Amino acid sequence: MLQLHTTKIECLTTSSEEAFIARLSENDQYPLPLRGKEIFLAPETHSGKLPDGFRAYFILRKNLDSVEANQDFPNVFIIPNDQHYLRDGDVIRFDPKRIKLHTLYRKNSQHNSLLVTERCNNYCLMCSQPPKDIDDSYIVQDLLVAIPLMRRETEEIGITGGEPTILGDDLIRILRALKNYLPSTSVHILSNGRNFANIDLARKVAGVKNHDLMIGIPLYADISNIHDYVVQADGAFDETIKGIMNLKRHGVKVEIRVVIHKQTYERLPQLAEFLARNLLFVDHVALMGLEMMGFTKANIDELWVDPIDYQPELVRAIDVLARYNMNVSIYNHQLCLLDKRLWPFNTKSISDWKNEYMPECEPCTLKEQCGGFFSSALFKYSDHIQPFSESEMPTKNAPQPTL
Amino acid sequence: MALASTKFKDLDFFNQSLESGYKLLPFNFIKLDDSRYVITNIAGEYLVITKEDLYAVANKQLCPGSPVYNTLKSKHFIYDDDSSVALELLALKYRTKMAPLANFTGLHLFVTTLRCDHSCPYCQVSRQSEDKAAFDMTPEIADKAIDFTFQSPSNEIKIEFQGGESLLNFEMVKYVVEEATKRNQTENRDLQFVIATNLSPLTDGMLDFCLKYDILISTSLDGPEELHNGNRPRPGKDSYEKVMTGMQKVRELLGPDKLGALMTTTKDSLTQAKPIIDEYVEQGFSSIFLRPLSPYGFAIKTKSFDAYQTEEWLKFYKEGLDYIIELNKQGLYFIEDYTALILNKMLTPFGTTYVDLQSPSGMAISAIVFNYDGDIYASDESRMLAEMGEKRFRLGNLLQDTYEGVMLSDALLGPLEATITESMPMCNDCGFQNYCGSDPVYHYATQGDIIGNKAFSGFCKKNMTIMRHLIKLLEDDPEARDVLLSWVRV
Repeated sequence: MLQLHTTKIECLTTSSEEAFIARLSENDQYPLPLRGKEIFLAPETHSGKLPDGFRAYFILRKNLDSVEANQDFPNVFIIPNDQHYLRDGDVIRFDPKRIKLHTLYRKNSQHNSLLVTERCNNYCLMCSQPPKDIDDSYIVQDLLVAIPLMRRETEEIGITGGEPTILGDDLIRILRALKNYLPSTSVHILSNGRNFANIDLARKVAGVKNHDLMIGIPLYADISNIHDYVVQADGAFDETIKGIMNLKRHGVKVEIRVVIHKQTYERLPQLAEFLARNLLFVDHVALMGLEMMGFTKANIDELWVDPIDYQPELVRAIDVLARYNMNVSIYNHQLCLLDKRLWPFNTKSISDWKNEYMPECEPCTLKEQCGGFFSSALFKYSDHIQPFSESEMPTKNAPQPTL
Repeated sequence: MALASTKFKDLDFFNQSLESGYKLLPFNFIKLDDSRYVITNIAGEYLVITKEDLYAVANKQLCPGSPVYNTLKSKHFIYDDDSSVALELLALKYRTKMAPLANFTGLHLFVTTLRCDHSCPYCQVSRQSEDKAAFDMTPEIADKAIDFTFQSPSNEIKIEFQGGESLLNFEMVKYVVEEATKRNQTENRDLQFVIATNLSPLTDGMLDFCLKYDILISTSLDGPEELHNGNRPRPGKDSYEKVMTGMQKVRELLGPDKLGALMTTTKDSLTQAKPIIDEYVEQGFSSIFLRPLSPYGFAIKTKSFDAYQTEEWLKFYKEGLDYIIELNKQGLYFIEDYTALILNKMLTPFGTTYVDLQSPSGMAISAIVFNYDGDIYASDESRMLAEMGEKRFRLGNLLQDTYEGVMLSDALLGPLEATITESMPMCNDCGFQNYCGSDPVYHYATQGDIIGNKAFSGFCKKNMTIMRHLIKLLEDDPEARDVLLSWVRV
């Protein structure tokens, strides 16, 4: 797992800076007029003096020996070795006073996600990012600075929370920045969809006309009271359904995301039929394994079911969705637990920075094709993880579900 | 409960709103067999439940949160105080089902001539000997028909040439295709042409023309040679041979996807379900439409229609369907088209443009017929009836009447209003109402009334029997279910 936050930073010289957003540069030949806005990240190959004029300097602890850091520059910092993944073009938020470094964007990653607020109007039993009821509106201001620094060719940017729609017009401001500075970047928002029950918000979001915008919205049951229980909010089901309809009315792509756990697996086939008959027009359905983060750990007894035990329900659900020609994927599952008929639907979906494999996986011959685990899965995972050997390699014509 | 802290509420808290009871959403029901009922909601979703459960639903005795309660709630048969979004979803689904109505007329049938070289006893139109040019469509009529066609608001315009034998007046086919294509340069509709033909007059020149204009060919194939030639007599008794030669040419030049065939069931067909289907399989078709005999034209005059009852046809249909399902299990993807139409109504959110399975009837608003002499008919069957002297479904004439005059005439609006299944006696409360349709011309022909008494209606008996049969297959025969589901197109 990559450490996207750190406080283990040492200031070599002096600093009086307030928190700021900046892009990292490994280029010691960088044009002088631009240096003032960037942080020089001393590359492994760097030796000798630090270049003039950068706003700050980061030296990875293990590279310290080769760098002549004893200059009179202010703002020279030693960052811990776990920040080795940082590269030229990455965008960070740095608070020298509180010595906090937070990576906002990694140029070479396919999994950049912007957390836009920690507030939420749901309180899901299995929330991996427990909401905080705080004023975090500074985040929006930071992101509006950060977005123009991102690589224009970025393929996709995620927006997550909290509940992004709580920001209202500030969310529109972020979407507009993405539209203007990253005009060919796909945007994927994770939202519970409730605020889109207000059609004005759906209209405004659609009005930004982002390139390839999709909103991922969770639906945990075909039955209102079960969904409301899972998200701990009475009336949420109705608002979410209305939100989905409003978004589609305005031509915004919608993805339905279902986290499979003890409270949701039994009605998975019925939920699939509900989707096929009522919301056939959604653009993607993702059936997802549980992430052992946040509230999930606390509510583990109410949530944990070994994936091997819900295979019959998952097979039936996928059968229905595929038969109705819906675009469906399985996320966050390990191949050795999945019914072979489901393999064609399995997608490697876990963000690179938190994707792991277990010791049992060591000899497995299918690791490359497998989604693997969230790093948090060390807390709890199936007892049935089994490495595949050479003879079990799938044929090219993977078995299809019987429809 | 083992929730982490008091910050979380348990399921019972969210179930409180169920305690005030549930309300019924509109649904119909019908007996499936001695112990089971089919219930259908207004969007056409169905559920098979026991008699006891049906009584419990209606008497508000369902246990809140029980599996049957949840299934009924999920499929929008009931709703409770916890959620009212069912009403919006039902409205959305109902609109989706009805959407084809808003498209208005798509299929336009041009009868280029009544002349025909065949003398099939079941023919729905009086045949004429080949030399009577008086029964040919003239350019003047064709121009008017094209004008009329393009007044339809539908984006999808299909022009189908019929007869007689349409190709006996190929000059007119050519004229209409060229003129309509020219017209479409400014109209920009999705325009498609189909020639219905027995293929005997087909020449290479005609095929070149079809290739140029991407025209589909629809022919008649009643089954194996002996049956086909018996059903479809022509001088030389070589109808089958002509069809085979013609189909081969069409496949070679236009490709197999441009070729379709329809069969008509006669008394002789009834014992030959398998050979008929085998004929279609051998000819490389991927589907067959097991059609009942229509009670029109010669069919009534020659008593062919009385020759066998609906009951016998249903036996034929079931035997054929069983055989087709077997073929599918053996690995051949092969569809029975009527079954597939009904399955699509049962199992998808979408409606159909198939004329006989619509509410109101699809007459003129799905398909409309322009006869060689300019007479406008509500359907092909209406034309048949008129050829027998009953002109009730003649809506007007291209030379005398305007589009508005025809489409807003009492002769059309009357039957349309009367044939909305949601309000027709014995249809309105039928459990299969959603999957069925109206056929005013059939009922007029057989009962002298456009609605008719459904208890004596062959149309009703046919559809009810098929629908019960299909639902039993879906519920009770998992292997057949797999096959039937594979025919559903979303």
